[in-house]
Amino acid sequence: MAEGRRTATQARLRLAQRAAFAAGALPLALVGWRLWQGAYEPDPIAALADETGEWALRVLLATLAMRPLRRLTGWRWPLAVRRTLGLWAFAWASLHLGVYAGLDQYGIWAEIPRDVLERPFVLAGFAGWLLLVPLAVTSTRGWMRRLGARWQRLHRLVYAVAALALLHQWWIVAPKADLTRPLVYLAAFLFLMALRLPAGRVAARLRRA
Amino acid sequence: MTFGIRRSRPWALPEREVTDEGLWNERRRFLRLGAAAAVAGLAPPVARAAGVPRTPPLAGVRRAPPPPERPNTWEQITGYCNFYEFGTGKRDPARYAGRLRTRPWSVVVEGECERPGEVGIEEILRFPLEERIYRLRCVEGWSMVIPWVGFPLRLLLERFKPTSAARYVAFETLHEPDRMPGQRRTFLDWPYREGLRMDEAVHPLTILAVGLYGRVLPKPNGAPLRLVVPWKYGFKSIKSIVRIRLVREQPPTTWSQAAPHEYGFYANVNPDVPHPRWSQRYERRIGELRRRPTLLFNGYAEQVAHLYAGMDLRRYF
Repeated sequence: MAEGRRTATQARLRLAQRAAFAAGALPLALVGWRLWQGAYEPDPIAALADETGEWALRVLLATLAMRPLRRLTGWRWPLAVRRTLGLWAFAWASLHLGVYAGLDQYGIWAEIPRDVLERPFVLAGFAGWLLLVPLAVTSTRGWMRRLGARWQRLHRLVYAVAALALLHQWWIVAPKADLTRPLVYLAAFLFLMALRLPAGRVAARLRRA
Repeated sequence: MTFGIRRSRPWALPEREVTDEGLWNERRRFLRLGAAAAVAGLAPPVARAAGVPRTPPLAGVRRAPPPPERPNTWEQITGYCNFYEFGTGKRDPARYAGRLRTRPWSVVVEGECERPGEVGIEEILRFPLEERIYRLRCVEGWSMVIPWVGFPLRLLLERFKPTSAARYVAFETLHEPDRMPGQRRTFLDWPYREGLRMDEAVHPLTILAVGLYGRVLPKPNGAPLRLVVPWKYGFKSIKSIVRIRLVREQPPTTWSQAAPHEYGFYANVNPDVPHPRWSQRYERRIGELRRRPTLLFNGYAEQVAHLYAGMDLRRYF
């Protein structure tokens, strides 16, 4: 009987993963629709660069929200969908990089390495994407097994990625003087980090008790 | 080593793969039909064109000869603007600038001049209007070609008889937070201020624009009158001007105050002076994919380079 309950739970978690995969595809469909609608005219490249970057940040923060969500609610699905969300974050970040390198810098390829090395905000964004690569590669069950305890340590890089992404956004928005948006994302990140502090954990335990 | 028989014309397609010429000629119509069907079937009523409606035509404008570069469309020019008084999004001015009241309107001219005073927009529109098709280069790395209608700023300034003490000209945008929602936020020190050295201000390329495409200047573009200085980054070309002051000292300007290490007083377009956060070597003309090289003084070096002879353009950026 215990066996049966476990498989039922597993089936439910697998369903949650599939739902997360589908949910992650929604913004992609939305961006595609808006592109088709002409909502990004007359400079669709700049608009796509903004959209893909912002979605990468949103999905990354959503990924980071799963552990505190699990702790606060006791639900099991948040941890089950974390990998799917993380891979979606990587997909958005890769799209973002692709729009920059493939469209924005189209035909002036020699500018890209210069840009990365000379502009701190480009460097921060690129470094963030680079750090995501090993996380995406080692997201499989095989790699989890192979790396054992080191897997956990490796995947703490996600905090560095989030910090770099926030820095990247801050630097590009700051000259436009309206910092509302980067401040909202920064606040969300700090909130998620605060929930990881011992006090946050205690509060969660108390709430559940 | 060879791999079979080489075709004599490797680029040639066999006849069966060639599209019928009639069909080929119709391809755009097919695409349009397909797109129209898809849009009609699926689309919610979203406006595809981002600009504002056409404004009334201006009378008696002297037309410019056809330019070497094709101007951007009305929709692009009116639908993609930086006018932070109406929001920081490029589409915000097209959405919200309708609230701006452009009548009655007058401009105060004061400071180091013999006849300080005020001039109404009706009188301003009596200056000999001419079309000027200029490139506009934004500091953010995009550009357009814009058919302005206007007249040299010099003509307006002369009317007020500047004295020899007038070495700079300072400009101010309307400050009306009730109608300009962006001004209710404090990320810039409103009202927007800009300035020029006197020799820049009286240069024949420097105009006050009152129109676009032979029509009344649309609100997102700074109605009813704005400055256009084509060899400087776009933010120098201040919109919806209500005050012009002739002054002795270099006046403070909004962006150079907000971020002095990023925006200088001169703000001449210069591919060799990078913005601290982005290169200025290339720009994307709106409507094009591939970026093009940015030209010194936005391509107007022949006309304006002498203004800066002997100046270190890296220091005075």
